[in-house]
Amino acid sequence: MFNNPRRVFILIIFLAIVMAFIDIPSSPGIHFSFLGLTVDKKFSTNLGLDLSGGSHLVLEADMKDIPQADRAAALDSARQVIERRVNFFGVSEPIVQTATTKNNFRIIVELPGISDVKQAIALIGQTAQLDFREFTDPDASVSAITTYADLMMMTKPVGLTGKDLKRATVTFDTTTGSPEVGLQFTSEGGKKFGDVTRRLVGKPLGIFLDDAPITIPVVKQEIIDGQAVINGTFTQDEAKNLALQLNAGALPVPVSVVEKSTVGATLGQTSVEKSVYAGSVGLVIVAIFMIAQYGWLGLLADMALVVYGLLTFAIFRSIPITLTLPGIAGFILSIGMAVDSNILIFERFKEEKRAGRPWKVAMELGFGKAWDSIRDANFTTLITCAILYNPGNWEFLPSSGMVRGFAVTLFIGVLASLFTGIIVTRTFVRVLYKEKT
Amino acid sequence: MIRFSKYIWLYALISALVLVPGIYSLVRWGLRPAIDFTGGTLVEVKSDTPPAGASVQKTGSGTYLVRLQDETASIAGEILREETVGPVLGKELLAKTVTAALFAIAAILAYVAYAFKNIKFGISAIVALVHDLLVVLGCFSLFGHFWGVEVDTLFVTAFLTTISFSVHDTIVVFDRIREKSKRGDGGSFEAITDQALTETMGRSLTNSFTIIFMLLALILLGGDTIRWFVIALLIGTISGTYSSPFVATPVLILWNRWEKSPRRRPAGEAGKK
Repeated sequence: MFNNPRRVFILIIFLAIVMAFIDIPSSPGIHFSFLGLTVDKKFSTNLGLDLSGGSHLVLEADMKDIPQADRAAALDSARQVIERRVNFFGVSEPIVQTATTKNNFRIIVELPGISDVKQAIALIGQTAQLDFREFTDPDASVSAITTYADLMMMTKPVGLTGKDLKRATVTFDTTTGSPEVGLQFTSEGGKKFGDVTRRLVGKPLGIFLDDAPITIPVVKQEIIDGQAVINGTFTQDEAKNLALQLNAGALPVPVSVVEKSTVGATLGQTSVEKSVYAGSVGLVIVAIFMIAQYGWLGLLADMALVVYGLLTFAIFRSIPITLTLPGIAGFILSIGMAVDSNILIFERFKEEKRAGRPWKVAMELGFGKAWDSIRDANFTTLITCAILYNPGNWEFLPSSGMVRGFAVTLFIGVLASLFTGIIVTRTFVRVLYKEKT
Repeated sequence: MIRFSKYIWLYALISALVLVPGIYSLVRWGLRPAIDFTGGTLVEVKSDTPPAGASVQKTGSGTYLVRLQDETASIAGEILREETVGPVLGKELLAKTVTAALFAIAAILAYVAYAFKNIKFGISAIVALVHDLLVVLGCFSLFGHFWGVEVDTLFVTAFLTTISFSVHDTIVVFDRIREKSKRGDGGSFEAITDQALTETMGRSLTNSFTIIFMLLALILLGGDTIRWFVIALLIGTISGTYSSPFVATPVLILWNRWEKSPRRRPAGEAGKK
């Protein structure tokens, strides 16, 4: 069926309509079920932090106290802890991911909509400390008017902290069924805990998170198996929250901020508007230029360019690709390269006509001969994009988000331009172009 | 047909006019690295009065760019964007960028040599590429010295794009030379290249114009954040278009002449024509 240009033409128009459907901002997505195959896909334009506003943080974990073999696991649990804290913060669609090279263990945090980076760092970077404390005066009484600060004054650390905690889970009392929080200490922590509980039987032992008391249970007996339960009058949610907080307290490695950037929402908004405006103006000029240069053929190339724009944007929205400022620049550059394919073909066409061939033959020759140049020229661009994108995450190549954003849009743009430059323009010309002979 | 090959000295002169000041500036003053490479803090604020401090730069009506050594210092006004980069990360980025550029160049050289079955084409394309990169670097060294323009990650992106664009354009010209030599028409190598350049000139100009239109629109209407980035792209594009017929092709011609020169021939063949 692809030998008939008219059919291909109709197919392209159909494709363009589907793409346009994907591209409209309020696209409801594609949801259908066909022969047991369920498609349920929503489309949205993902804007990077430089466009939508927000904070970007790169944290470096200090692994010098962690044995080589445990480093990856430590980094991942640090990521989980940070992710929990971020979610606690109520950020919509945060990204927390790890980036590991041989000697660097990093956590990248993206917080859309958060422009107060200091607050964000305070939340994430704090090594929220779990601390077990005993009362300096065993007979001290805690009343409703005792503040947290007073409690801190009245107590002293027993030398047991979040570092000694392996994990906290929600458990249920076997007899009453009421929720409790189970603590599991590391082997060393278990030993310490045993010593402390032996010493404090019958006395209160405060559990503090970030200098605030969570609970102050009374030690019933010496605990030597490294397991403990905190039972109070918890609801199930409270117990879950507490377990979460305790786990969060145990940030396994110290982290420090090595890079942070914040873009206010206004600046991002302005950047988007300006770039879109500039891009549209540029496109219109290019379109007019093509018509001025090649007449009716130029108009056909412009139509192919519209298909190109719809297609590329639809791909961005489907994958989805996060658009950043460099990404938009890459897209715009790829438009230039898409036009180039058409120019190469049309110039070839003119030449072949000058050589005395009938226009139909000249046109087919133009497409055929221009292909070599188009392929070679675009292939080098694809190579460069691949190196910039650094898909293998090799540590000797850049892996910065900006460079990647650029590489990925240019790559998709060039691939799409190969499709539209060759197939779409060719079909449009075959079906719609006539020259007097 | 235009006899392009007769004016090689002129192209060398034009290139030298741009390259010599650029290289001088590069050696003398170098580039002005942004905090992406050196580490530090950059804050852009919106405020009615200019913030106090040593390094404050006005970027628009009521917006200022402040460079800080100490990121804890507070600045009055609405913070538009803030960036802090640790010094380690900056060095790392620089090293990685250079590696990426070298990799890209090596890959392109290999591909061009493979596609044209001839290392001469590959090397000539790389000479043109290095020419374009030096033009971009030289210009930004001058901009940096006279207007305080900094090179940042975005500049690196533009730099790497220039690599692909330059080769993209050169290949189109070389492709035509290859086609002409294969067909065996046109006589001497100079005549073949002249013919090829005459034929591709229209396409080269048209193509560059479309890209230049897009970039000019971005420079004039796009945001401040990407202005210097787009300017770097524009310089790369112009130089990339120029270098294909006027640097890469002359190198190819000169190489060919050198290969065919009598001194290179075995003694017995020297006299024959």
